[in-house]
Amino acid sequence: MFSALRDKELVKAAAERIAELSRGGTFRIMHVCGTHEWAITHSGIRDLLPGEVKVVAGPGCPVCVTPGNEIDAVAGLSMRGGVTITTFGDLLRVPGNATSLAGAKSRGGRVKVIYSIEDAIRLAREHGGEQYVHFSIGFETTAPMTAVEVVRGLPENMSVFSSHRLIPPAMEFLLQSCANIDGFICPGHVSTIIGAEPYRALAEKYRKPMVISGFEPLDVMMGVMNIVKQRVDGTYDAVNEYRRAVRDSGNRRAQEAMAEAFEARDSFWRGIGMIPKSGMGLRQKFEASDAVGRFGLKIEKEDRMPEGCSCGAVLKGEVGPKDCPLFGKGCTPEHPVGPCMVSSEGTCAIVYKYALPRQ
Amino acid sequence: MCLAVPAKVLKVEGDHAEVDIGGIRREASIALLAGEGVAEGDYILIHTGYAISKVSSEEAAEILATWREIMKAEMEP
Repeated sequence: MFSALRDKELVKAAAERIAELSRGGTFRIMHVCGTHEWAITHSGIRDLLPGEVKVVAGPGCPVCVTPGNEIDAVAGLSMRGGVTITTFGDLLRVPGNATSLAGAKSRGGRVKVIYSIEDAIRLAREHGGEQYVHFSIGFETTAPMTAVEVVRGLPENMSVFSSHRLIPPAMEFLLQSCANIDGFICPGHVSTIIGAEPYRALAEKYRKPMVISGFEPLDVMMGVMNIVKQRVDGTYDAVNEYRRAVRDSGNRRAQEAMAEAFEARDSFWRGIGMIPKSGMGLRQKFEASDAVGRFGLKIEKEDRMPEGCSCGAVLKGEVGPKDCPLFGKGCTPEHPVGPCMVSSEGTCAIVYKYALPRQ
Repeated sequence: MCLAVPAKVLKVEGDHAEVDIGGIRREASIALLAGEGVAEGDYILIHTGYAISKVSSEEAAEILATWREIMKAEMEP
């Protein structure tokens, strides 16, 4: 349907134009989406760009920023009799501070990998005598599904552990703490939900251009070109170049469901720190659906990255995967140490799989 | 997690649709597109079993045309 968006000649022409535009300056552009990292690495876009233009990955992998203490709490819950945890496959092997869900499972914990929260609801209905807890992670792309089902009413034997996170507060946090971001390629799928307005506010406040981009090579190239050109011209607009899927107003139905089910809370991002109003906790009126209250869960304060792991700096775009001493040595997708190598959306896993010379 | 995939709608039943994802048939919830009139033949983006937005081929053609124009203008001396 969109094969023209992979048009090699146009991509090459855009790269040449970016090289001309960027002459005499340096540009550091951040994206915050695992699928963008995949698209950029897989299509070799970094090799086409001039040395003056760097595209770096930010915290675009929800699994990677899920705190270890939350993983431990849910892993512990899976060991209690009569409780089954449902979650997405990506999270299974991510190490918490003490254990992973896979580790708990190997010791008799009950953990089921599902594709959709609808699967969890079906399981809960089929096994009425057992408790089901959905470990619900993800950005604005996944939170609406949880929200819409919580608002509709979960089965009585099902509850949710919400570890959802919001992307714009993380972008703002990085704009405040890293001076050298010239602009953002905004996450296309998150944007289908939230629309363009949140980026307009950030672009205005921090005077940095932002472009909502799709995931074809030309989408990304034109996004980079737009940001470089805006920096050269001194403008800072938020532009929606993914209009085929993103409305400026976003998905209203999804926004309403999220607003009804969740409230924004100050939340910890693994490897990054506490970010104000960046997490989504269930509202008081849905406390019956909240696993934290139902099972009296205690979340430990401390959160750690595995020893020697640079995932925190990778998530902030401060270093690339290849700068980590463990990368490809002690840490590979088969034997991952840190979360960025575990998840298929993690920057380290993507770079390991697609951007290393073949042996 | 953020990997949404495009799918073609084959059939709509209530708040679910049967969709074709690259040749594979499966069911998806269209609860998040309530009121958007999802119909057979539409393209939608599916994420963890739910449609999150409609995809417009007109908009795709339009942005492509715009980019071609930009490139032409930019490359002129």
